Amino acid sequence: MTKRDYSLLGPDGARAVETGLAAAEWYHTEVPRKEMKALMQRSDSPAIRDTVLLYGLMITFAGIGIYLWPSWWSAPFWLAYGVLYGSASDSRWHECGHGTAFKTPWMNNVVFEIASFMIMRNSATWRWSHARHHTDTYIVGRDPEIAIMRPVVFAKIIAGFFGLPDVAAFIPRMLYNAFIGVHPTEKTFVPESEWPKVVRVARISTLIYGATIALALWMGSILPLMVIGLPRLYGAWHHVMTGLLQHGGLADNVIDHRLNSRTVYMNPVSRFIYWNMNYHVEHHMFPMVPYHALPRLHAAIKHDLPAPNTSIAQAFKEMWPALRRQLAYEDYFLKRDLPASAKPYREDFHLAALGAAPAAAE
Amino acid sequence: MTQWIDACATDDIDAEDLIRFDHAGATYAIYHAPDGKFYATAGKCTHEAVHLADGLVMNYVIECPKHNGQFDYRTGEAKRAPVCVNLKTYPVKVEDNRVFIQVA
Repeated sequence: MTKRDYSLLGPDGARAVETGLAAAEWYHTEVPRKEMKALMQRSDSPAIRDTVLLYGLMITFAGIGIYLWPSWWSAPFWLAYGVLYGSASDSRWHECGHGTAFKTPWMNNVVFEIASFMIMRNSATWRWSHARHHTDTYIVGRDPEIAIMRPVVFAKIIAGFFGLPDVAAFIPRMLYNAFIGVHPTEKTFVPESEWPKVVRVARISTLIYGATIALALWMGSILPLMVIGLPRLYGAWHHVMTGLLQHGGLADNVIDHRLNSRTVYMNPVSRFIYWNMNYHVEHHMFPMVPYHALPRLHAAIKHDLPAPNTSIAQAFKEMWPALRRQLAYEDYFLKRDLPASAKPYREDFHLAALGAAPAAAE
Repeated sequence: MTQWIDACATDDIDAEDLIRFDHAGATYAIYHAPDGKFYATAGKCTHEAVHLADGLVMNYVIECPKHNGQFDYRTGEAKRAPVCVNLKTYPVKVEDNRVFIQVA
């Protein structure tokens, strides 16, 4: 059994570079150029519609929550506001970080900065960490965004639904960036030219959180923190629920997104919050396709992908036992069957990349 | 010594699109701009060496298919993170409906 070292400065990362697993050429389903060009086309209108709706709902829910505060009648409105703040911001951060949500660059940048603040990610750092996530998706020691490390620590996953590990990691790092500078691990994937921006963003965030805490102390109430900061905790559950499904229980150290990513059919509300990232194999294979075109991309390439999970619940039912098996055997992963119309997995290549045969697959 | 290389026919590339062109161990991207002009750059993105041929041309910008970094393909200027290093460009001429690029 292979013990994994997820440090970006550790031996697994170095080995991935040596073996060619890092920055490798990944499998892509073949899509005719004209069809792909049509899928990649950008448009402002879907994202403007969704952003107006999102921020409109947030203002409405927070306004009612403040009006009813401190009555318990305000609780449902805070919960709704929290999900939009602490979960929808994750997908907005993601899509606008790719620059695909809007056609107009400044719109992507504005929503990206707001979403980064709400989801508690330094916008300068995380733009680069996500680039690495796409270069080296679930390559141990290379991908800084591996959500479920092996062996699985279930307590950490459960705490994640309340945003605790993320916030616990964010605050000291924000203060480190603001007062000391760029962290050594960040220097492995953030270009030096961007280091001043990392520090500047951290200082602005520190200032906003400091002002919010000062206001709460002055008012003698946590109400300001219910609006800014705490929703990252009480509203995180949805993005954690959907995020765990992206790669959980699947292979690592492979270069075929069909082996390490999961597409899940979801209800319309979750798809709005998640901005269609439930089509996750499709997104990783073709990150230039905007969120609003992912259902069309899915229809175009599903013949070459494992069957999607039929619901969030069904996907958890598949993933959770796999995570439990990884407790006993870290190399275990779910290998989903491909339809007869698909190109087969490159077994030989992936076995060589793994350095060992995978555990029993399903 | 520089030389002009016959890369492709003008109608090999749709307007506002690009193709890959390989020559003498090097790889290039050749663009057909919306104004009808042709341009050539190095084929691979300066960020992670992904080939640009599968990218998206939007007016005078090429977007990398892997990380969405953008370049102005007329000048090679890096326009959007994660690309920071400019793309090398090559002179282009069109003769008799053929596109030639000048390489070293």
